[in-house]
Amino acid sequence: MKNLMRYFKDYKLESILGPLFKLLEASFELFVPLVMAQIIDVGIKNRDMGYILGRGGILVLLGVVGLACSLTAQYFSAKAAVGIGTRLRNDLFRHINSLSYREIDIVGTSTLVTRMTSDVNQVQAGINLTLRLFLRSPFIVFGAMIMAFTINVKAALIFVVTIPLLSAVVFGVMLVSMPLYKKVQRQLDQVLLTTRENLLGARVVRAFNRQEDEAAKFGRENDMLVSLQVFVGKISALMNPVTYVIINGAVIVLIWTGAWQVEEGIITQGQVVALVNYMSQILVELVKLANLIINISKALACANRISGIFAQESSIAEREGCRGKAGEDAAFIPRVEFKDMDFYYAGAKEPSLSKISFSAMKGQTIGIIGGTGSGKSSLVNLIPRFYDATQGAVLVDGVDVRDYALKDLRGKIGVVPQKAVLFKGSLRDNMKWGKKDATDEEICRAIDTAQAREVVESKEKGLEFLIQQGGRNLSGGQKQRLTIARALVRQPKILILDDSASALDFATDAALRKAIRENTKDMTVFMVSQRATTIKNADQILVLDDGKLVGIGTHRELLDGCEVYREICLSQLSKEEVAQ
Amino acid sequence: MNNKSTVKRILDYIGHYKWGVFVSLCLAAVTVVTTLYAPILIGDGVDRILGPGQVDFQGLRQILVKLGAVITITAVSQWLMNHINNKITYHVVEDIRTKAFGHLEKLPLKYIDGHPSGDIISRIIADIDQFSEGLLMGFTQLFTGVLTILGTLGFMFYVNAWIALVVVCVTPVSLLVASYIAKKTYVMFKHQSETRGELTGLIDEMLGSQKVVQAFGYEEDAQKRFEEINERLRGYSLRATFFSSITNPATRFVNGLVYASVGVAGAYAAVNGLLSVGKLSSFLSYANQYTKPFNEISGVVTELQNALASAARVFALMDEEPLVPEDADAVDLKEAKGNVDLQKVYFSYNPEVPLIEDFNLKVEPGQRIAIVGPTGCGKSTVINLLMRFYDVDSGCVRVDGYDIRHMTRRSLRAGYGMVLQETWLKSGTIRENIAYGKPDASEEEVIRAAKEAHAHSFIKRMPQGYDTVISEDGGNLSQGQKQLLCIARVMLSLPPMLILDEATSSIDTRTEIRIQKAFAKMMEGRTSFIVAHRLSTIKEADVILVMRDGHIVEQGDHETLLKKGGFYARLYNSQFAVT
Repeated sequence: MKNLMRYFKDYKLESILGPLFKLLEASFELFVPLVMAQIIDVGIKNRDMGYILGRGGILVLLGVVGLACSLTAQYFSAKAAVGIGTRLRNDLFRHINSLSYREIDIVGTSTLVTRMTSDVNQVQAGINLTLRLFLRSPFIVFGAMIMAFTINVKAALIFVVTIPLLSAVVFGVMLVSMPLYKKVQRQLDQVLLTTRENLLGARVVRAFNRQEDEAAKFGRENDMLVSLQVFVGKISALMNPVTYVIINGAVIVLIWTGAWQVEEGIITQGQVVALVNYMSQILVELVKLANLIINISKALACANRISGIFAQESSIAEREGCRGKAGEDAAFIPRVEFKDMDFYYAGAKEPSLSKISFSAMKGQTIGIIGGTGSGKSSLVNLIPRFYDATQGAVLVDGVDVRDYALKDLRGKIGVVPQKAVLFKGSLRDNMKWGKKDATDEEICRAIDTAQAREVVESKEKGLEFLIQQGGRNLSGGQKQRLTIARALVRQPKILILDDSASALDFATDAALRKAIRENTKDMTVFMVSQRATTIKNADQILVLDDGKLVGIGTHRELLDGCEVYREICLSQLSKEEVAQ
Repeated sequence: MNNKSTVKRILDYIGHYKWGVFVSLCLAAVTVVTTLYAPILIGDGVDRILGPGQVDFQGLRQILVKLGAVITITAVSQWLMNHINNKITYHVVEDIRTKAFGHLEKLPLKYIDGHPSGDIISRIIADIDQFSEGLLMGFTQLFTGVLTILGTLGFMFYVNAWIALVVVCVTPVSLLVASYIAKKTYVMFKHQSETRGELTGLIDEMLGSQKVVQAFGYEEDAQKRFEEINERLRGYSLRATFFSSITNPATRFVNGLVYASVGVAGAYAAVNGLLSVGKLSSFLSYANQYTKPFNEISGVVTELQNALASAARVFALMDEEPLVPEDADAVDLKEAKGNVDLQKVYFSYNPEVPLIEDFNLKVEPGQRIAIVGPTGCGKSTVINLLMRFYDVDSGCVRVDGYDIRHMTRRSLRAGYGMVLQETWLKSGTIRENIAYGKPDASEEEVIRAAKEAHAHSFIKRMPQGYDTVISEDGGNLSQGQKQLLCIARVMLSLPPMLILDEATSSIDTRTEIRIQKAFAKMMEGRTSFIVAHRLSTIKEADVILVMRDGHIVEQGDHETLLKKGGFYARLYNSQFAVT
């Protein structure tokens, strides 16, 4: 929370002036019943029309000044709230972008998006509300009581009893019903879950002829939701009648004791009217206050969550005074080298990769194969330092990856992730992600190599073709080829294909591998795949099983010497194919 | 659907609770009358305490007792009314929601496939919720609001027509101001929400693919784009927030004016002896009360409009054409032999894009049919037709000689066991999931099925064994384990025909071998349709269907197709291309 308070510093003036003007407005409002009492006690009693008009004028004036104050207050609070919200959003976005894969894995993307959007909006609205109203309501409640004291102590004592009683009811009902509402929400989520489940599993539900049972289950869940809703409704429905009884009961007492005091000449009739007015002002404000507290507590919860994101620090920091080495580009230095490296995911007890050592030379193609969860993707993710090795080291061009400036390191590498992601914008813009100043010629060359020429040619606008968000207007295979092209545009020294050809048919997959081999002589290519055919012809094949490097060598060597590799090949290929 | 018919349908649903509605309306009337009566009594009371020595205690006591009674009645009837309204609303909503869901189960898959599930979910959840809120507000506030306005006017005119006239003349100003501001704010809000949408789009895209952003060092550009939109948003937000927050002070100001005018006019009348001080105080409290329902009603009207729009969306879902009903004399196939015969089948999802044309296939009991082709080539279409998730456009599909359109859907589908690649599991225990097709299966049966599916050993290792609860979408299981459970589910009541989808990837070697064994076990002596990715499966198939872009391009066994030298041969040979 503390790290968010600093945002108020830049809006100190607004944050003080807002509530201040609001208080001014509230005090003018408090004068109104008093002025009305004077109209009754002086104006009407003395039949002084001039006095009455004068006081009427004062009422209007109070209104005008009140309006002016209130507008000023609203403006300042809006300015502070929106300003703080905007800065918060900028900083949060920057911060999130600085997080490494490790933190993104921990927090989760959808959570981050929620924090960035609805949570910041809630906080912004909460700040606005707090600045405007948080002081006003208590001020009016206590102000009314103090005004009552200025009229008559004995009458004011009724206020002293009534206010806590009312607060107890208002906040009590709130306290009891809030957790119940949460329960209602949870049940609603349950209903939602059942609905979603049935939509996603429509085929299975029907294949097993369970439609009626599912509908019955939904009915039961819905039933439970309704009984919860009715129950909590019954409780919140108490609020209005009970407070109504309390306030009006207080009014009865007020009039009765007032009558005795008027009889004795201690207060006037007009003052009794004023007291009754103050009483009704209190109720309105207390209810507002209760709602305000709900909203503020929601905003605070959001602020805490945002604060939690800020507290996440990136584990991949560039080393202080990082030497910014470029690495040596010599034929005898391995382009990529793993030295006795262990890697654990955050919070994991078992290593995802252990004791990995190998080196990949310039121009080599390295195939990586293994089952799910065997650590293939983890391994290649360590090269661009998306994660840090837990033990041992990863070297690129003879330099520890932790000694590079991130920009320099990643500039050497072209990554094609498992999930083909393209961004909203023209095809050309997407290709330029790889290299900002890429010429059309460079782009076309990359596209050719990636076997994506027919994709571009099939689009009327060619490179100007507008890709929709998430690449919705392209097929899976088209997207994959374009993401490969994007990585090739920068002509990287190291190309990482993380199972990037899974949506391609065998023929295209083969053509792609051939083109990459022919057009990228010096490039070191890492090829992760589940398909034995894809990596069969690599210079070196790394076989991973459960995080361990169980085999390293060429297809032929491994067939003879690596049980796991043989098992994989046999499960995918026929005997003749394996032997071929 | 127009508003009128929507309203009519809503009224039909509410009609089930007409007694409740009737009582609620009566209570509302009682509440309004007594609420309005209280200020008059208070005014009367004030009139009994004119000054020292001029207090009528006797009269005052009577008035206060009466006031006490009125207050009690108000409170009780208000509470009862709220409670009844709650009950009616939530039950109406329950009726609609249950009916909507029931309808969902009757809709053809075409509808479910053709609409994003988020859209359907939001109709059943968010829209119905919105509707219930509107309905509740409508119930509690619309009727009482209108009654209060009328009642207040009546009382005011009854007490003093001239001052009442003053109130009536000034109040419209409040409404004008409010609607003027609302109009102004609307534009700002529109800008705000558009820009917010733009920003959310960028956030979604950048954070959703953060790993790519980092891999390409795009962080700075993203930040720049973000800040530009955010700055625009700031401008709109400031104005939207400010303008919308004006409404309250402005209407409060107008109310203040009404209050002042009533005060002055009332005082003038009192000076001339036309009005007592007590009456003046009742007037003042009316003047405060009078404008409130106006503001509320305008809120209720928007809320009701939203509710209507939401209800219309829900009704639109409920009006979607359900499945073609089954013939009364539809065949209920007890024990299928496994003859499947497709004759001259034509089918397409979209009439303009022909897909399957003149497709013929004759399958003898126990044969294996492999469906082959690149990803996304439409292999699932064949499954859709076999299971009658979709109906053929022309031609026919026969099982054991019966056209499947003349069979009960239940018996057709009971004849098939289906394991798809998208492993769908219910949230519930493992046991419930395995017994999904046969809820009354015994413990032994469940365990036997799990053993045959090679799932028993990993289930045993789960914290609660067969009673382990699977979270939504099987989050706590690996892909391979999910697949094994799906196989166990079919294994439990192994039907004579199978539809299997081989996994392409994402399963580790050992599990993969288990799955293959389980598949082999299942297929023994059963007619099987296999979406195949493994050459070994393909080679052993009796018939291979080669699909491309939704069409069946070739059909035959491995040898024949290789000799033919077509698409299949190319697909097969590409495996051996020198790279």
